[in-house]
Amino acid sequence: MLGLEAVVLARIQFAFTIAVHIVFPAFTIGLASWLAVLEGLWLAGGRQVYRDLFAYWVRIFALTFGMGVVSGVVMSYQFGTNWSRFSDVTGAILGPLLSYEVVTAFFLEAGFLGIMLFGWERVGRGLHFLATLMVAIGTLISSFWILAANSWMHTPAGYAMVDGRFVPESWLAIVFNPSFPYRLVHMVLAAYLTTAFAVGAVGAWHLLRGRSGAASRTMLSMAMWMAALVTPVQILAGDLHGLNTLEHQPAKIAAMEGHWETGRGMPLVLFGLPDMAREETRWAVAIPRLGSLVLTHDWDGEVKGLKDWPPDERPNATLVFWTFRIMVGLGFLMLALGAASLVLRLTGRLYDRRWFLRAALAMGPAGFLAVLAGWVTTESGRQPWIVQGLMRTADAASAIDAGRVGLSLVLFVVVYLVVFGFGVRYILRLMADPPEGEPAPHADPGAGLHPMSAAAE
Amino acid sequence: MGIDLPLVWAAIVAFGIALYVALDGFDLGIAILFPLVRGRADRDVMMNSVAPVWDGNETWLVLGGAALFGAFPLAYAVLLPALYLPIMVMLLALVFRGVAFEFRFKATRSRAVWDWAFAAGSTVATFVQGVALGAFIQGFPVVDRQYAGGAFDWATPFSLFTGAALVAGYAALGCGWLIMRTEGALQERCYRLMGPFAAALLAAIAIVSLWTPLLHPQIAQRWFALPNLLLFAPVPLLVAAAAVLLWRAIAARRERLPFLLTLALFFLGYTGLAISLWPNVVPPSLSIWDAAAPPQSQSFLLVGVLLLLPVILGYTAYSYWVFRGKVRPGAGYH
Ligand code: HDD
Ligand code: HEM
Ligand code: HEM
Repeated sequence: MLGLEAVVLARIQFAFTIAVHIVFPAFTIGLASWLAVLEGLWLAGGRQVYRDLFAYWVRIFALTFGMGVVSGVVMSYQFGTNWSRFSDVTGAILGPLLSYEVVTAFFLEAGFLGIMLFGWERVGRGLHFLATLMVAIGTLISSFWILAANSWMHTPAGYAMVDGRFVPESWLAIVFNPSFPYRLVHMVLAAYLTTAFAVGAVGAWHLLRGRSGAASRTMLSMAMWMAALVTPVQILAGDLHGLNTLEHQPAKIAAMEGHWETGRGMPLVLFGLPDMAREETRWAVAIPRLGSLVLTHDWDGEVKGLKDWPPDERPNATLVFWTFRIMVGLGFLMLALGAASLVLRLTGRLYDRRWFLRAALAMGPAGFLAVLAGWVTTESGRQPWIVQGLMRTADAASAIDAGRVGLSLVLFVVVYLVVFGFGVRYILRLMADPPEGEPAPHADPGAGLHPMSAAAE
Repeated sequence: MGIDLPLVWAAIVAFGIALYVALDGFDLGIAILFPLVRGRADRDVMMNSVAPVWDGNETWLVLGGAALFGAFPLAYAVLLPALYLPIMVMLLALVFRGVAFEFRFKATRSRAVWDWAFAAGSTVATFVQGVALGAFIQGFPVVDRQYAGGAFDWATPFSLFTGAALVAGYAALGCGWLIMRTEGALQERCYRLMGPFAAALLAAIAIVSLWTPLLHPQIAQRWFALPNLLLFAPVPLLVAAAAVLLWRAIAARRERLPFLLTLALFFLGYTGLAISLWPNVVPPSLSIWDAAAPPQSQSFLLVGVLLLLPVILGYTAYSYWVFRGKVRPGAGYH
């Protein structure tokens, strides 16, 4: 198809389907935990607003979760269809990890989801809360296993090679491989932040429209506490993650930093355009020596450049460099918004500074973008390896003709855009719906945009 | 340790698939029946009868994929490329069907679209599963640990037949489920639909039972050589008995039996297939021992699965129990 090789099409297909998938988990992981908190607060004798917020957000959760499930089922078969040589070679290691994810997490989520969504009138309050907790815990267990599998591909450990295939030697070493703790913390915090900014934006939107009741305020307030407290932790976690990567995947770091030469006292390149062909970062704006300081915590530390690796072992530096900057940039914007929220809170103006509400609204998608940018950095930074240093992506694909891979790719793109396009519209509609105790949509001029369905009342 | 790990794993995978067929079978079946039931309220009831459990049901499919990957990676690496297009189509069809559960209740003008997506997605997914089953019975050429056949080897008259047969079979399961869970006019409608679908299922079982030995002499050998013939005779006899009971149960308007007897038919058909194909995970050449992951992998996973499967079955059963009883129109959506 278009002269593209099957392996390239398979990569595009994987990147596309996982990128669509991760958008939903990033939101459900955070929402599930938050819903559990809301229900817990309400049960502990908290205000009615917590129950109202639960009812409001659980519908959005249900939609997101459904889309996460169907896009996830696709992922679990994709290893076999498009990456069968990879499956054969790594199956003994990754297969059990993914199976553990199914038996410890997916069943738990699915088993209690029904009660969480439909069970209010059928079980007592305590049991309902238990179901919500189980769903939340399930999403975290799911992250645990899938990130163990993914991290192992970045920093393989605990294996032996027998007849060209990986064979497990120590499961402890496999699961707790060197990059796993960092990736798990960074990703779970990313999911929490993603949710916080989405919830905050919804709160801000309703406040901007004059719905200043308890529900809108609580959304904004809780979200901004998360933003203020968790963003710094996330930045710290990201920094530690980077140091770990420097140790295990220095080529990825060189690409993220746009460094071509190895040296001491390296600059920190803020912006520029890494050019793979010319082997340099053009138009670089850099701060002298700061690069060494950030990466080695020493003004004179040695940092490796991409030229240390032969050209066919270098990741795509342009892509890695820029997606990394998008993520970090968004991280600092989040930090700024969180800090501003603290100041406004102290002066009692959190809910009525319109510039701030607009900023919070604009930052609604920030988490999703940062998550996607972060994953592209991580995954393309590993290329050309599918298992760092041991198996090349080019050797991992199935022996399938480009025609079939291309056809299925086109079908995925079309179906996903249509189906998830509708899904996102429904979610936005639910978000536009005024929360409990607020004036009905007829009262406001934009009402025609979001007619609510009868069943969702 | 002395236990035959691949054998244990084969049993677990077979159990997982059987549960998948039993559970997702009826909820796909309900959607297959959608075009035959017109009223919106009836359709709401049908959908609500599975809405709280469908995700759990589909998780058995995910387990099937993952356990194959974990315990028999070579089989996973051969079967999925061999069935490339059917699997892609199944996954896409499941996307439509899965989102319909939520979208249908959110949509205003496009509700009809999601009704259609639910029915068509489920029918296509079922058909393709049946095709995959047929192709599996036919077998796949393997060279050098890779599938060595063509892109469309799976598409034969036999596999298309098994595809259609599975649609009828799931529809019968769906009827049985709805008879249990509904009342009044909808229930009566399902009693009347059940006969034709169950008859089609029985015919399909009979035809496949004759067709496979004709297609594959070694399968004929297995069934008709002497000690085996007596040993396996109960399977067809039980099928005949279940069929008779099923008809009486429908005629007597029993509420639970039609579903249970249809499940029994599925189970017997499944046993028959297992007898025919044993011990291959990729017929005709890869046995469960050829495709097995190393013992370190199989035993690591076995510990978790043996501990957790009972727990999973426990809370799954609990969730079914919470939502027991007749589904009434307008019964609570969140
Ligand atoms: C950090 C978290 C994370 C990551 C990196 C992934 N997933 Fe995911 N996945 C989840 C977190 C998650 C979840 C939170 O558990 C989901 C999201 C929404 C949901 O319904 O469950 C889920 C759903 C989900 C399902 C449906 C489960 C069900 O039937 O209930 C499957 C089969 C997968 N995923 C498989 C994958 C595969 C094969 C991935 C990688 C290639 C992957 N996921 C990446
Ligand atoms: C969930 C967030 C994830 C995102 C957004 C993501 C994104 C990507 C992207 C963009 C690529 C393409 C890289 C390139 O070709 O330049 C890729 C490759 C890959 N990723 Fe991930 N990934 C994620 C998680 C995972 C996980 C959890 C696994 C495995 C357990 C995984 C396995 C792979 C494999 C096998 C490839 C190689 C195929 C390829 O090169 O495209 N990914 N991923
Ligand atoms: C601002 C400071 C941040 C720093 C220094 C930072 C650092 C990093 C680094 C070094 C990686 C690559 C890890 C590797 O594969 O080697 C990474 C990946 C990632 N980042 Fe960030 N990050 C920051 C902010 C954020 C924010 C705000 C989010 C999302 C809300 C985020 C989400 C992710 C995700 C999802 C990944 C991919 C998964 C992983 O490898 O952990 N990051 N980050």
